[in-house]
Amino acid sequence: MEKTVYSLCFMCSVRCPIQVTVKDGQVTFIEGNPKVAGIESSLCPRGSAGIALLYDAQRLQSPLIRTGERGSGQFRKASWDEALDTIADKLKAVITKHGGQSVALTERTNLATHVSKTFMKAIGSPNHFTHDALCKGSVNTACRSLFGLTDAQIGIDYKNARHIVMYGRNLLEAIAVKEVNGLMDALAAGAKLTYIDPRVSITATKAHRYWMIRPGTDLALNYALIHVILKERLHDAEFVERWVLGLSELQAFVQPYTPEWAEKETGIPAAEIVALAREMSKDKPAVVFHFGYRGAHHANEIYLRRSIMILNSLMGSIETKGGFFFKKGPGEVGKKPARKLTEQKFPEIKAARIDKVGTKDLPLPDPDHGVPQMLPQAILNEDPYPIKALFVYRFEPLGSIPDSTLTKKALDKLDLIVTIDVNASDTAWYSDVVLPESVYLERTDCIQQANGQKPQMFLRRQAVPPRYDTRDWAVIAKQIGERMGIGQYFPYKDTEELVRWQLEGTGFTLEDFDKSGFVAYTDKQILWDRKEGLKLKTPSKKIELRSSLLEAAGFSSFPAYAPMPVLANGDFRLITGRNALHTHVSTQNNPYLNELLSENVLWINTKRAAALGIKNGDLVTVASPQGSGTIKAFVTDFIHPEAVFMLHGFGHENKLAARSYNKGVSDALLQANITDKVGGSPALHDTIVTVKPV
Amino acid sequence: MSQYYLFQDIKNCIGCHSCEIVCKSNKALPVGPKPCQVIHVAPKMVNGLPRASYVFMPCFHCENPWCVAACPTGAMRKRPQDGIVYVEQSLCVGCKTCVTACPWGAPQWNPETGKVVKCDYCKDRVDAGLKPACATICTTHCLHFGKVEAMTQIRRERHAKVIASLENQI
Repeated sequence: MEKTVYSLCFMCSVRCPIQVTVKDGQVTFIEGNPKVAGIESSLCPRGSAGIALLYDAQRLQSPLIRTGERGSGQFRKASWDEALDTIADKLKAVITKHGGQSVALTERTNLATHVSKTFMKAIGSPNHFTHDALCKGSVNTACRSLFGLTDAQIGIDYKNARHIVMYGRNLLEAIAVKEVNGLMDALAAGAKLTYIDPRVSITATKAHRYWMIRPGTDLALNYALIHVILKERLHDAEFVERWVLGLSELQAFVQPYTPEWAEKETGIPAAEIVALAREMSKDKPAVVFHFGYRGAHHANEIYLRRSIMILNSLMGSIETKGGFFFKKGPGEVGKKPARKLTEQKFPEIKAARIDKVGTKDLPLPDPDHGVPQMLPQAILNEDPYPIKALFVYRFEPLGSIPDSTLTKKALDKLDLIVTIDVNASDTAWYSDVVLPESVYLERTDCIQQANGQKPQMFLRRQAVPPRYDTRDWAVIAKQIGERMGIGQYFPYKDTEELVRWQLEGTGFTLEDFDKSGFVAYTDKQILWDRKEGLKLKTPSKKIELRSSLLEAAGFSSFPAYAPMPVLANGDFRLITGRNALHTHVSTQNNPYLNELLSENVLWINTKRAAALGIKNGDLVTVASPQGSGTIKAFVTDFIHPEAVFMLHGFGHENKLAARSYNKGVSDALLQANITDKVGGSPALHDTIVTVKPV
Repeated sequence: MSQYYLFQDIKNCIGCHSCEIVCKSNKALPVGPKPCQVIHVAPKMVNGLPRASYVFMPCFHCENPWCVAACPTGAMRKRPQDGIVYVEQSLCVGCKTCVTACPWGAPQWNPETGKVVKCDYCKDRVDAGLKPACATICTTHCLHFGKVEAMTQIRRERHAKVIASLENQI
């Protein structure tokens, strides 16, 4: 018996469409969905390792209840009923004593996030967190300050672009298949790629121009680019006149930021900065200054992300072929999106968020996501109320939130930690109850509302029944909810029934997804009229270079550039990034991915290494005020002398994940927990380290 | 030489190793053997720009395969109909003579079975009218599988586009 199932990958958060072949109840092959344009069977290495995850005996297989000290790793297997009863009993005790607001839930944004939010609303807590702010909170806020729309509501038409500029956006290693192929198509059609990064990534090796910028000075480069553009009138005057608010203020602001000034700060020759500005202008509006994926580098992150989108606005590369476009939802064609459980009526929650988002301390970050790196301090400070229970769903606070020592201290204060995951994560190791989720090939998931030039819906479908004693989160949340007396908010018996409920009113049924895995609301691409039709959501309905959002909250739209401090002798700036073989902190134990890349190494500049007596392959100690670790040195000319680089997500501490246990060093162990208080991202590149031979 | 050719359009390769992983997954191989492998040839500055190469190494399916000649049991064999070189697992005794004989390291050791495994262009998929696993899922579609003559055509057509000067024809 052979069958084909159209579904969505979940080896990372991108959700690429896949086609799964099932023979006699076993998944035998996964490829990208051949019926989706831009995918056409392509699958990245993590996606290709999906079957290895399915059959991995080291993934979580049954509920676990802790028997030893927290962090001792002593667990016993439990039945689902016992595990869920244990959680409910402890949760009731916490809520009785401290109120519903004392419960927090963290997760990576996923298709069932509306279920998690429903759970939190029903138990009366405002403290739902997604991983988003850790990655790109400031990109989100930057886009809202300019367009009134988030970064998630803005897409890029790579294929038709003539010139793309990337600031460390390592698009060919941090792979999203459709984006990669869009870029490759553009390059094949003659587009230019300018890549700016203190480190030579694979993306750099395909670029037409590469600048090894001094770490942390991208903003200086952009202010100089804006200076040149406005001085030489290289902008799209018609577009700017119609849509942009605050041009004269911007012009006055960038006056001192000449290319010669920027050369001193960035190390990029002034003449080359001028040349890029002129080239981009020549190809406008089909140009892209890429706004990044992860935008979490420095404490002034929002201003870098704003400067990038200001450059695009000046080029008129907004809502145009080969530029940025606003994603269109089903409302554009008079249709309805899938329903979400959060549309139900919930009791009012009076408590403010514990991370202070939405208060005067942190007014601008998106309350839809929260700021998870504030959580450790919030738990420790109990200001203005304690957090006593934490649910961790498909998220790794210990590996993702900077300063894992601080995070551990916070975990110690909790009465209840529950981890729901596929992997034996480090946080699972510290949990009281661990609930195993079915892997994506074993479960149907909630609808993906895929807005874009054509609004569509995609669906993750169960290909095979669960191999172990695992369940899916929508069902787990419902079953905990029933025990907590809030079962009425989960009106379904399984996820498939929930999906049918979601589809009510959309004009589509579950069966409509059988043929190709997705449905389209229209077959036409929708572009708004650039002259009159941009539906911007700022108060002025314009692109607000001078931002009412920022200024109403007491922040400047154009704060003066603060030079990157010159490092003391022997210090390095720690920068982190991605590789095609791993996703966040979640794939390091996958047998095939681990085989190809089992530990991270420390990139260090050849001259700096020689001065320290470090040779390629030597073990070195890398240390910050937060922590230190032993790691192999990778000595190379292809990194800026002021920086050292390591891949994110290694140095795992859960012994149940034996392949990745104790391999490499965790960047979160070294990083300082610093937040861009305007935008919401952590400043992951504001940690200074020393390096010594072991 | 087999009548097939696996052409890697190296310009479009991003060295992601997806081909390597899907190959292992499709053959349900343990850690160790890599019937195909992408080797990163590290960056070097060329005309002021960092350049690197990501070289795809499957089996070349030779016309007179060293491995087939060396195999004492007849396990290593070439399909008469299309020239695909493969290992008949039931006959392999794990003597590794083919590993010694192959100039390019194509035969791989499977520690679980104690036998050799190698790229067979996924002959079962080819027989079913499909492409080999690697060429099917390649992230950037830089791997092309087909008859040799069709593969050389890709390069000729691309080169023609590069050298054609439509504006200044003589």
